[in-house]
Amino acid sequence: MSSRTTPSPSAPGTTPADLGLVMRGVHLRHGDGAETVHALDDVDLTVAPGELAAIVGPSGAGKSSLLAVAGGLARPDEGTVTVAGHDMTVSSRRARTELRRRHVGFVFQSGNLLPALTAADQLRLPLRLGGRRDRSGRDPLQMLAHVGLAGKADRRPHQLSGGERQRVGIARALMTEPSVLLVDEPTAALDRARSHDIVQLLAQEARERSVAVVMVTHDHDVLQYCDTIYEMIDGKLATSS
Amino acid sequence: MFLAIRELGFARLRFALMGAVIALISVLMVMLSGLSVGLVRDGVSGLQNLPVTSFAFAHGVQHDSAFSRSVVDASAVDTWRDQPGVAEATPFGNTLINGRTDGGTEVDLALFGVETDSFLSPAVSEGDRLGPADGIVVSPTAIDAGLRVGDTVTVDRLGTRLRVVGVTEQQDTFGHVDVAYVPLATWQAVKSGTPAGAQVPAQATQEITAVAVRAADGDSVDLAAGDKAAGTESLTLDESYGASPGYTAETTTLQLIQGFLYAISALVAGAFFAVWAIQRRQEVAVLRALGASTRWVLRDALTQALILLALAIAVGMGIGLGLGALISGGNVPFALHPQSIAAAAAGLLVLGLVGAAAAVVRLTSIDPATALGGNR
Repeated sequence: MSSRTTPSPSAPGTTPADLGLVMRGVHLRHGDGAETVHALDDVDLTVAPGELAAIVGPSGAGKSSLLAVAGGLARPDEGTVTVAGHDMTVSSRRARTELRRRHVGFVFQSGNLLPALTAADQLRLPLRLGGRRDRSGRDPLQMLAHVGLAGKADRRPHQLSGGERQRVGIARALMTEPSVLLVDEPTAALDRARSHDIVQLLAQEARERSVAVVMVTHDHDVLQYCDTIYEMIDGKLATSS
Repeated sequence: MFLAIRELGFARLRFALMGAVIALISVLMVMLSGLSVGLVRDGVSGLQNLPVTSFAFAHGVQHDSAFSRSVVDASAVDTWRDQPGVAEATPFGNTLINGRTDGGTEVDLALFGVETDSFLSPAVSEGDRLGPADGIVVSPTAIDAGLRVGDTVTVDRLGTRLRVVGVTEQQDTFGHVDVAYVPLATWQAVKSGTPAGAQVPAQATQEITAVAVRAADGDSVDLAAGDKAAGTESLTLDESYGASPGYTAETTTLQLIQGFLYAISALVAGAFFAVWAIQRRQEVAVLRALGASTRWVLRDALTQALILLALAIAVGMGIGLGLGALISGGNVPFALHPQSIAAAAAGLLVLGLVGAAAAVVRLTSIDPATALGGNR
């Protein structure tokens, strides 16, 4: 890893929680003047390795903005964000891209798989994004078997069910052995039984692989599997009762 | 390349349609290239085959019709022979005639009047070299058209009889007319309009079209100085092609068409990849969110464009070469020239890539955050 593009974690005073996701005093605004929208308003969030945190809230509350800032897709106007001790608010887009590739996994709604790729290739893709030097990681076929998709390596997204697509999405996100998994509405297109399967899988992976998982969801049915539940309203984050 | 190749295979029908358009443009390009080379050969091969570096025409002659208008006094030849760097200089006569064989076949010939012992006297593949006063050595294309060694061609209106004694080694045409080399004195008689058997006016025996000059190997001739001394106006061999009837108009027209085809290929590639880029916005947002750098995304998209263009151009060129082989040798002036074909292929590839690059560069502006939430 290049020290120029990926700052090293700050060693002094590092706690186990610091190896997961830490957000402190994070503000994100869109627009100017009277039109300003406070997408994130003084957000503090800590998710330790092995923890599954759920974030619930109405549409437009800022849940996706939180994922975007946590994963370095957007820079906050104020505050700090670290993933495994790495500063995700660095100004260089290139540096944030590299940090994201190495330390963050994303799971999108409906898997968001690439139509041209088979299930196995979906998993190989993250290992190819960093060039030759980044090609180490988990074995795609073993990973597919691990998420219950043995024998479906050659299927393309349109040949998989919604639940299977989401499983491929989760497996893809775990291929690079990330420190933090950011999960966006994983059950949005699934029935109740499959929704439970998927969130159980996420909770299992979080624990087995010591990954800090942040899951944005509207689905209150699956919150039973989460370690911590937060509620987001108008950009403010609070621990849910 | 990982994604590029898989997408080419997955969306093969879409890419095949696009490839077919590029392939068709390539076929057209081969055809145009063949026609260009064929027309050039038909227009000026007689000049191209002359071992000449420049022609000295009459001073002030119109360049695009120099061969038909120029009249130079034969004394200029000696002046040119004495110029530094000149290896050889010799009289050259040029005129177009209509004639008829004894069998009644109409024949048009471009008469090249040369001294029979000069460096312009052509080698022959059949028959004898230039010698007898009434002998002519013709291009093999005239033989293809039905003329035979031993045939006699009678010049219209003058009645001058010219006997075919030999055939040149390669195609010699001028202004799309078969060349016939003729002894200079005979050419002067025909050019001056002297009927058969009549005395050639003394002045006509001193008139030639131009002085053909050959520079010594590795040497250059100061044409301006030579012109000043001889009272002539020189054109290099390449410049003299423009004095062949219709040459400039034909080549300019074909070059324009080729230019338009290059532009069209760039536009077609650009339009296709622009639409493709728009359709891939969500996919690219996901790639960026997963950690793909801008460079990775661009390299992948351009690799895809390169593979598609290269394959389509190769297929198109192959079809074009096949069709060209069928056309070659017929009545259509068509000739395949490897360098011209290669240049056309390279031009299509480069301009197609430029068009594709202009289109896919917009992928860099895609916000990876749009892969999240309700942005889809």
